[in-house]
Amino acid sequence: MTFEAFMQNLMNGVSLGSLYAMIAIGYTMVYGILRLINFAHGDLVMLGAYWVFYGVAIFQLPWWVTFPIAILLTTLVGIIIERSAYKPLRNYPRINLFAAAVGVSFLLENLAIVIFGGRPKAFSRPGFLDSQIKIGNVTLVSYTLIIIVTAIILCALLIYIINRTKVGMAMRAISKDLETTSLMGININHIITIAFAIGSALAAAGGILWAVKFPQLNPLMGMAPGLKAFIAAVLGGIGNVWGAMIGGLLLGVVEIMLVALFPTMAGYRDAFAYAILILLLLFKPTGIMGEVQAEKV
Amino acid sequence: MLKVENLHVSYGGIQALQGISIEVPDGKIVALLGANGAGKSTTLRTIMGIVKANKGSVLFNGEEILGLQPDVIVKKGIAMVPEGRRVFANLTVTENLALGAYTRTDKAAIAKDTEDVYQLFPRLKERETQPAGTLSGGEQQMLALGRAMMLNPKLLMIDEPSLGLAPVLSQGVLSKLKEVNQTRNQTILLIEQNARAALSIADYAYILSTGQITIQGPAAQLAADDGVRRSYLGVS
Repeated sequence: MTFEAFMQNLMNGVSLGSLYAMIAIGYTMVYGILRLINFAHGDLVMLGAYWVFYGVAIFQLPWWVTFPIAILLTTLVGIIIERSAYKPLRNYPRINLFAAAVGVSFLLENLAIVIFGGRPKAFSRPGFLDSQIKIGNVTLVSYTLIIIVTAIILCALLIYIINRTKVGMAMRAISKDLETTSLMGININHIITIAFAIGSALAAAGGILWAVKFPQLNPLMGMAPGLKAFIAAVLGGIGNVWGAMIGGLLLGVVEIMLVALFPTMAGYRDAFAYAILILLLLFKPTGIMGEVQAEKV
Repeated sequence: MLKVENLHVSYGGIQALQGISIEVPDGKIVALLGANGAGKSTTLRTIMGIVKANKGSVLFNGEEILGLQPDVIVKKGIAMVPEGRRVFANLTVTENLALGAYTRTDKAAIAKDTEDVYQLFPRLKERETQPAGTLSGGEQQMLALGRAMMLNPKLLMIDEPSLGLAPVLSQGVLSKLKEVNQTRNQTILLIEQNARAALSIADYAYILSTGQITIQGPAAQLAADDGVRRSYLGVS
């Protein structure tokens, strides 16, 4: 592989990985706080993309109005899911929450088939996302870079919120000990809602950019990025936000590089990601950044 | 300040508390003693709103607080140091204290209370930027206590502060409690398995046995009582 081809593939990998990372953060934040794998998370990715489609196609809104509205609407759906499906089950066995999450996922997908229709829809990129950029001999489509830049900005913002704000401090506290956090006079429900809101907003942003990269919408389009992002979250160490970012990037780069180096293996791209998950669960279930749960007395 | 009346609690068919009544007057240290499983922690957790009661009443300054959420009860002025300290191991000492002051907005008073805690426990000041998980057991107990003090509570409830600490350390923690009680006129409800040590700092004590109050009285009187000495203080 020439240097140019390598760079090209690397950028594509990082770009895909950035999408995984954005979506993976939602899984990991919810897991860190509630020990719940939110299976409906991938469907929020789909919703984010559809809102943009309708905003542009039906309401003829410009992209810079549609994108924030789509993120806002998806965030709202995320909050409603948490309040209506997960909150009532918080004091029941974990398996109930798990079943509810799978149920919500089916509900969203089937609602989307009924409301949006089952036939794929074409997503039209705003022009500025579609131009060619030449850096040296490497030619990139502008969305490749914009995805990466967006991901960096959003991740930096998230890290700031988690480490430097009061709400972020409460989130870190809840992820360690929910009950004791409530003993600090902190309204747990409020903080959990904020965590869901952040995760959902990132999923929507990821979904919109996913649609920019793969511009075809269908009601089940959230499943693939959802599963891949889940693998990325586990790879990085579920419950750890840095881990989700690293896991996402790694998965994206490795996936693209694998196809680039062994073009005949291209069909096994997804199988490869799942193989990573299986091996990881067998040999290092805590992932890259995950900590072993040990109690110090 | 706190008046618990006829409190009944059961977990899955088992009666953990069978109608206990205790009272904590302003400015006093009240100790709740008894063997493992007697229902001491359940009593505190019920007052705090973590465990739901079947029957009874908990009056805090004359207001019924039974059935309220823990965070609401905290805002009314009750703080609890849970059993096993439960400091936030991934957060620094300073952050742990800041969490105690989470719902307060009076910046100057928070800064002053932080200083007070550091003055009371200079060891915490030395370790303010360390994650709480790296502290020793005794230091974590100090932090848990300091964190609760940051809530600026009217009533401070402490569950087994000497659990897992060396005798010297647990004596130190209890004398700090006495100091807080004396200097800040802090009302305290204390759970302790080490009855002798608890009676030495408390004003009044209740002894719980399988969910019922069996003995109560001024601490000095209980410490001198032959029956109590035999059953709870290990004196034959």
